[in-house]
Amino acid sequence: MQIYLPIADLPVDIFLVLAMGLAVGFISGMFGIGGGFLMTPLLIFIGISPAVAVASVASHIAASSCSGVISYWRRRAVDLALGLMLLAGGILGTAVGVWLFTVLRGLGQLDLTIGISYVVLLSTVGGLMVSESMRAILREQQGKPATPRRGGAHTWAHGLPLKMRFKRSKIYVSAIPVWMIGFIIGFVGAVMGIGGGFLLVPMLIYFLRVPTTTVIGTSMVLTLVTMASATVMHAATNHLVDAVLALILMVGGVIGAQFGARAGQNMRGERLRLLLGLLVLAVGLRFAFQLVVQPDDLYSIRMLGAE
Amino acid sequence: MTRHLTITAGLLAAIASTTPAAAERLVTSISRHQVMVNSSFTGTSIVLFGTVEPDTPASRRRAAGYDVVVTVTGPRQTIVERRKERVLGIWTNIGSRTFLNVPSYLAVLSNQPFEQITNPETIRQLQLGLADKVFPQVLGNDIGDVARDDSFRSNFLRLKTQHQLYVQKTNGVTLLTPTVFRAEIPLPAEAPIGNYDVDVKVLADSALLTRANSAFEIIKVGFEQFVANAAQQYGLLYGITTAMMAIMTGWFAAVVFRRD
Repeated sequence: MQIYLPIADLPVDIFLVLAMGLAVGFISGMFGIGGGFLMTPLLIFIGISPAVAVASVASHIAASSCSGVISYWRRRAVDLALGLMLLAGGILGTAVGVWLFTVLRGLGQLDLTIGISYVVLLSTVGGLMVSESMRAILREQQGKPATPRRGGAHTWAHGLPLKMRFKRSKIYVSAIPVWMIGFIIGFVGAVMGIGGGFLLVPMLIYFLRVPTTTVIGTSMVLTLVTMASATVMHAATNHLVDAVLALILMVGGVIGAQFGARAGQNMRGERLRLLLGLLVLAVGLRFAFQLVVQPDDLYSIRMLGAE
Repeated sequence: MTRHLTITAGLLAAIASTTPAAAERLVTSISRHQVMVNSSFTGTSIVLFGTVEPDTPASRRRAAGYDVVVTVTGPRQTIVERRKERVLGIWTNIGSRTFLNVPSYLAVLSNQPFEQITNPETIRQLQLGLADKVFPQVLGNDIGDVARDDSFRSNFLRLKTQHQLYVQKTNGVTLLTPTVFRAEIPLPAEAPIGNYDVDVKVLADSALLTRANSAFEIIKVGFEQFVANAAQQYGLLYGITTAMMAIMTGWFAAVVFRRD
């Protein structure tokens, strides 16, 4: 069934978009990531202009993560204090990121910068996650104790001042690395047009030793707030948020996120990290492939201002 | 948006001939002057009818018959075309060309191939075919069109044709009788909102006899128009509403799917 989108100015198959929302929502609920790095390319693939896709995806991610936050909240798996601290750094990071975005666009070659950043970031993060979780799984199968997560297991992040206790996550760390992580997520999100959840989850796990039980719910709080404000900002400045497209994506997304959250809760931490690592790595490799393989069409046209 | 539609009483829009020597009168009519875009819009087509009325006995004896070329031009847009090249093993956009105020939609329909209608000289002069039109481009500090075999120009036409926004059909006009013709103007769903000009040229014996102009517009109506206006005029409110909608949808799903 075709429906005409009022802002994107083209008709789409309502069931296809719904299915895309469901699939990405499932992944988003399972891993606690926004899924923007999956959804935006999908929408562009079905013919929606990149600017409308990026702007509308923000509201879809907000809806998925809202539904996720509520269901994790009920399981007492959200560390609100940690989420708010991350947000403080995230707002500053977003501002700096938007500034750099404007500078890069002025210099030209924004496409290439974004393409290479995607490849480097996704492949590195994905590769690290896969190797780490594989080692953890192998260790477990050899009968050795699983990843050491005792009170004494500290990283450099634990030696800094301004220590804070995050009760829900049962961690006692300095506020500085928390702000830094928030800053990086906000910065990367603004420059690359992604929610940054896939970066946030591993960073929280590896640098702050946030337990797997609260990491996803907490990451979703950050995603919810940043994406809801991104929706408002996109709508106020570019007028490119397609509410009809967003609504279809949202309905699929929230349903998918519910099932995803349930699937994620029933899965072992290492397995979950391995799967997310593989997914991130796959998307990174796909971007790399796109950069090195000769494209089918060397030419592309776009209306001025629609990028 | 300031241009007024030439809607005359009834549907017939009769426009007097512009070529002084012509002994023919051309009367055209299009099936709709407004195409409404609502939520179920998936593209449509507009039918154009026309008659050529020979006024003088000499014109009645015209042997070869009339040829008709219909040109439909949509709202103008500035379009950037980019070309990828390999640099250090990576494919990236290297070259670009800006097409200034070119038609977003362009359809050329005729009853037979242009080469059979007239000579190459006249084809170029009247800009009959798609490739014969002028596409202004930014070339350094100048603005102008380039040779037809220029790669940016030909690929621009190819991509526009692939998107069905540029159409050339040399069998797009049907002569129902030697003087009555019918043409169907295909409008894909991606055809932009705005005013479309319809230009009908009648040729005989390799020369332009007469031409007539008409127009239609594509507009959004109902819900589509409401959403588009809201997004444009009340951006902040629209954004807050969308964000609230997202939060409500998420909350609703969490409540509906609650199991414990």
